[in-house]
Amino acid sequence: MSPISPDEWQALALSLRIGLLSVLVSLPFALGLAWLLSRSRFPGRLLVEALLFLPLTLPPVVTGYALLVLFGRHGWIGEWLAEIGVVFAFRWTGAVLAACVMGFPLLVLSIRVAFDGVDRRLEQAAQTLGASAWRRFVTIVVPLSVRGIVAGSVLAFARAFGEFGATITFVSSIPGETRTLPIAIYELMSLPGGEGGVQRLTLVALAVAFAATLVAALLGGAMWGRGRHD
Amino acid sequence: MIEVAVRHAFDDLAIDVEFVADSRCVALFGDSGAGKTTLLNAIAGLLSPQQGRIVLDGQVLFDRAGQIDTPVAIREVGYVFQEARLFPHLNVRANLLYGARARGRPVDRFEAVVELLELGALLGRRTPSLSGGERQRVAIGRALLSSPRILLLDEPLTGLHREARVQVLEHLRRLKQALQIATLIVSHQPDEVVALADEVILLKAGQMAGRLDVAAFGRSQGL
Repeated sequence: MSPISPDEWQALALSLRIGLLSVLVSLPFALGLAWLLSRSRFPGRLLVEALLFLPLTLPPVVTGYALLVLFGRHGWIGEWLAEIGVVFAFRWTGAVLAACVMGFPLLVLSIRVAFDGVDRRLEQAAQTLGASAWRRFVTIVVPLSVRGIVAGSVLAFARAFGEFGATITFVSSIPGETRTLPIAIYELMSLPGGEGGVQRLTLVALAVAFAATLVAALLGGAMWGRGRHD
Repeated sequence: MIEVAVRHAFDDLAIDVEFVADSRCVALFGDSGAGKTTLLNAIAGLLSPQQGRIVLDGQVLFDRAGQIDTPVAIREVGYVFQEARLFPHLNVRANLLYGARARGRPVDRFEAVVELLELGALLGRRTPSLSGGERQRVAIGRALLSSPRILLLDEPLTGLHREARVQVLEHLRRLKQALQIATLIVSHQPDEVVALADEVILLKAGQMAGRLDVAAFGRSQGL
């Protein structure tokens, strides 16, 4: 098998960048929402949960189309954002947005499970010692949930890395801009003589996905194992 | 001085207790299910009683009628729970300093408390590796170092084996002599009460069943 071509490197680097950025951007929102879902009862909670899981159940193409309608150049939000210079349509930033949306449910779900597992009695103890809600969150809840947070981030990264349907619908396939690794594989398949590239990129995707699920499983297993022994 | 009036009905227990305590160490003595821990939770603010009023050193912490319910974090009540509740991800030193850091105050009498509770050798240890007695000593130190106006001890010796129990009891006695801090201790063990308290409030099924000085209590228990 010949070495990876510059085009293929470009697609790989883009997918890695989109994966990492989407997790970093989503994380604060996911922490906040997971906290709300774990610790408070509010009206409309069920609706929020249903909306949250929509990207997991909808066909990705539909999610991509929805993003286009909302954030396209003439979209409901996109038109307004374009006036202040923020453009998602057919830009790599749009690929990050699509990846954020697709990975978000996995991120929130993992973090929420971790938050649910934190012993409330420790928070009460911190409360009697004078810790505000924010301080308890930062010094008790987040550190004790760190495995779940990392596991969720890894899963969301893997989901973003492999994102295809929503991305190609929303931002198309522009080399160096929006042609991510899965999109590159898809296009190479329809090119005569593209088999070599398909095989190389498939191996890369396999390695990244396997490493990610392994890390998530290790952290997840350790997290639940720890709960049993403490 | 603490004034407590608490009325609270659970499914299986109705609590109706009213007392004023100004001795240094007052014990709430009674069988399990008498409502002792509920009273401590109400004082700490972890439970809002259906009716009542709690005043600590002239400051109203809770008043159902006046709609006052001071948040737990600013009540300045040191609570030592029965199961220690140490933070498992922090070492002993960080557990001890948690309260001072949370309140943004300079750490007061750290060395004195560490010495009284003999925690010096444990400061760098992770808390899950501590023995039951060590955990409880750290929990007591942690509560004290948050500079509370009153210390609540909820059966601090229950669950410890005999040797550790004797040891922690001795530490509590030394603390009482060395530090001037009002203390409420919940217990169902007469010997603990006699060793630590100045005055005893008897609780039975959510009601006050009497009030004695510790000498009279000791005699009534044959100690």
